[in-house]
Amino acid sequence: MAKLKSLEDFRDEIDQCVKCGGCRAHCPAFGAEKHEGRVARGKIALADSLLKGDVDLEEKFLLDMSQCLLCGSCYSQCPNKVHTEDIVAATRREIAQRKGLSTFGKGVGAVLKNQGLMNLLAKGGGAFSKLLFKKIPEQSGMRLRFPAPFISSDRTLPPLTAKPFRERCPDIIPGDADKPTVLFFTGCGINFMYPESGEALLKALKFIGVTVIIPKAQVCCGLPAVSAGAASTVESLAEENLSVFQNNKYDYIVTACASCHSGLTQIYPGMGEEFGEFESKVKDIFVFLVEQGFADKLAELPKHKDQIKVTYHDPCHLRNHGITKEPRAILKALPQIEFVEMEDAGTCCGLGGTYSVYHYDTSKKIGSKKAGFIAQSGAELVATDCPGCMMQLQDSINHANEKQRAVHILDLVAEVLPE
Amino acid sequence: MLDKKIIASLQQISGKDQVLTDKADLICYSYDATQKQYLPDVVVHPSCAKEISQIMKLANENKIPVFPRGAGTGFTGGSVPTAGGIVLGLTRFDKILDIDEENLIATIEPGVVTADFQKTVEKVGLFYPPDPASLKVSTMGGNVAECAGGPRCVKYGVTKDYIIGLEIVTPTGDVIQTGGPTMKGVVGYDLTKLMCGSEGTLAVITKIIVKLLPKPEAKKTMLVMFGSIDGAAQAVSAIIRGKIIPTTLEFLDARTLDCVRQATDLDVPDAAQAVLLIEVDGDREFLDKQVTRISEIIQPLGVVETRIAETAEESEALWQIRRSVSASLRQVNPDKFNEDICVPRSKVPEMIRKIDAIADKYKIPIVNFGHAGDGNIHVNIMVDGKVDGDYEKAEKAIVEVFEGALALGGTMSGEHGVGIMKAPFIPLELGGAVIDYMKTIKKALDPNNILNPGKIFPSDA
Repeated sequence: MAKLKSLEDFRDEIDQCVKCGGCRAHCPAFGAEKHEGRVARGKIALADSLLKGDVDLEEKFLLDMSQCLLCGSCYSQCPNKVHTEDIVAATRREIAQRKGLSTFGKGVGAVLKNQGLMNLLAKGGGAFSKLLFKKIPEQSGMRLRFPAPFISSDRTLPPLTAKPFRERCPDIIPGDADKPTVLFFTGCGINFMYPESGEALLKALKFIGVTVIIPKAQVCCGLPAVSAGAASTVESLAEENLSVFQNNKYDYIVTACASCHSGLTQIYPGMGEEFGEFESKVKDIFVFLVEQGFADKLAELPKHKDQIKVTYHDPCHLRNHGITKEPRAILKALPQIEFVEMEDAGTCCGLGGTYSVYHYDTSKKIGSKKAGFIAQSGAELVATDCPGCMMQLQDSINHANEKQRAVHILDLVAEVLPE
Repeated sequence: MLDKKIIASLQQISGKDQVLTDKADLICYSYDATQKQYLPDVVVHPSCAKEISQIMKLANENKIPVFPRGAGTGFTGGSVPTAGGIVLGLTRFDKILDIDEENLIATIEPGVVTADFQKTVEKVGLFYPPDPASLKVSTMGGNVAECAGGPRCVKYGVTKDYIIGLEIVTPTGDVIQTGGPTMKGVVGYDLTKLMCGSEGTLAVITKIIVKLLPKPEAKKTMLVMFGSIDGAAQAVSAIIRGKIIPTTLEFLDARTLDCVRQATDLDVPDAAQAVLLIEVDGDREFLDKQVTRISEIIQPLGVVETRIAETAEESEALWQIRRSVSASLRQVNPDKFNEDICVPRSKVPEMIRKIDAIADKYKIPIVNFGHAGDGNIHVNIMVDGKVDGDYEKAEKAIVEVFEGALALGGTMSGEHGVGIMKAPFIPLELGGAVIDYMKTIKKALDPNNILNPGKIFPSDA
């Protein structure tokens, strides 16, 4: 049985925080709001107080706990490597357990009212046509990210695809016998919003003769549900995916979404021993491609005369796992682009699972900083490795009245490969 | 609990949104890096000196303690609200008001983060040297109040050496200027220097005038491993005697290196019993010469290995050993008492030997590293709070460490300050007449003892 850790299970990890405050330099939410309750150190103090019974689930407590993108920026810079993002997620589950998920929602709602965002309830709802939204399973992260009544009409969104990616492709695409077989864990972003990035991935793997299986039974990784504190949703999704992993034969599981990668490698292993054996098989697509010598193959292609400038945004969920070089290696090897580094490429885009839904104003503040760095880099395109980041980056660029486009690295890869 | 009328008055002064009384908010402003926790009654985030003046007057009328707070990263409890009352958060004072390139000075607000300030002045080729380890988060107001130091202080001095003027709110609510934008000024007492390191007990800082230097063109890093701590210490003296003052002269002792070996896969040969991390800065053309000269000077002193960085990446790799120390220490024991004694630099090896003897006597690991160039040693007494008697042993060991440093002509704190953590011990260092002198100043300026009370002085004295 898949079981997420309880807040109590984090007792020791909470004690590891020595209150040095180093996280204040790296937390995007703190950077935007400058209140100690927004930063990891404050949240850990609050979680500690909750465990000790020193604080109730009052409105400010709920607000502070909701004000976290679960990006792990604090973790990546923490001298004691405290996983605050996991502690906050566990606290949200604790809140949901004590007060019911809807109560947490209400608590957040009350706060939204304070920030004048509640009126969005009235305005929103038109972001997706009902017909298309019906295609998305009830438990998909897409639903949690875009709970129809909450979605801001101010937000620019990619259109949902009429035919999801997994319905477009066969269950298996055979490759060379001497090459590995991979299971492509598509994630909801590629399945519903950016199917062309999924097709680009298939093209790249075909190019190097790798066999790909795309099981139809796979479901959302559950990360947005982690963000919302919906424990049972996460657990049932994890179990469904576990049976997919158990019932297929392959060498690796590849992801092209940083959040899915994090869900599979950071959340699942803590849910039970049976998940452990899959952890080491999960590979980000660019890590896999670099290992397969793909970057060298790209580098052999003749360089284009008129290269376009492209910069890279590090998704938090890859940066936290030390995956920063491989996506850049692929970009640098592409013949049609000139790679330029932007300032603070590794800071959060501001999406943060359900965060941007409940705290769109703060999310926009964080995003606008990023949009500034993108513009300053002189790049025409900002490439990344996460559909969620792509969506947020494009929204931030649009709000800044800039012209750059956010793309998946895979989209650029597909451009130069033969049909 | 404060009277509702007081809360209402605070709301009137700073605005409703800037006055926090919910439990969750109070918890978030109840601690600093000492991990000691004291709940305030209210947290206020004022926006200007005038508001602080009104708050101080209100606090005086009603005898309510006020605790100024920057980023809350202190190691001695300087900002924690030990007696409830008002936490005065200075986060909103976050503007760099002026960078004067003709006079090489800057005027800033106290809530500006030190690293942000440094980054900003460096963009115009200027330089603010003090570099406490917390610089990415600590604020300039806190740096002034604690007189922060850092590795670069060997060559460049500490915070007080760069502060030439202040705007402050006195404990009784007057807004006054001390010093000013001139390099010289001897009219009356030097109140600016008095404020530096006064730990928020004499005034609330609301504006800071900082002296700047031209930014050195380049720097060069070298890491030298020695067969003994004596070799490393002699090297420090020899370098200084050789008329070279490096920017940085950091050392790690044998026990620290053990921790690093255990916790990381960094290449630290077993023969290395002490490490010096040396950095020189200045005009690019002189750096190679200085590095060569340093290598020559220290070669006879039991050098095991010398690594010299040629690029910024290589320099970062050398720093990695120093930067890995904090996390590595946790391999020894989960909790630590982090002291920062300072002795004359020639006495460093003697001090290390004393500390090793104390560690053996109490059978607790004590790990030392720090700023060898100025004799400032970070003494980390590693304990496990869950083990009975560990804390008691550590407290006894700390007293002996302090006594050892004082016997060598040193001080119990080079840069962290006294706060609440060292307050009981200051009679060891300061005579009764000195403490009386200081307390007379405090009492004259803060007759109701409402500004950061309970700090620096032992409660019974």
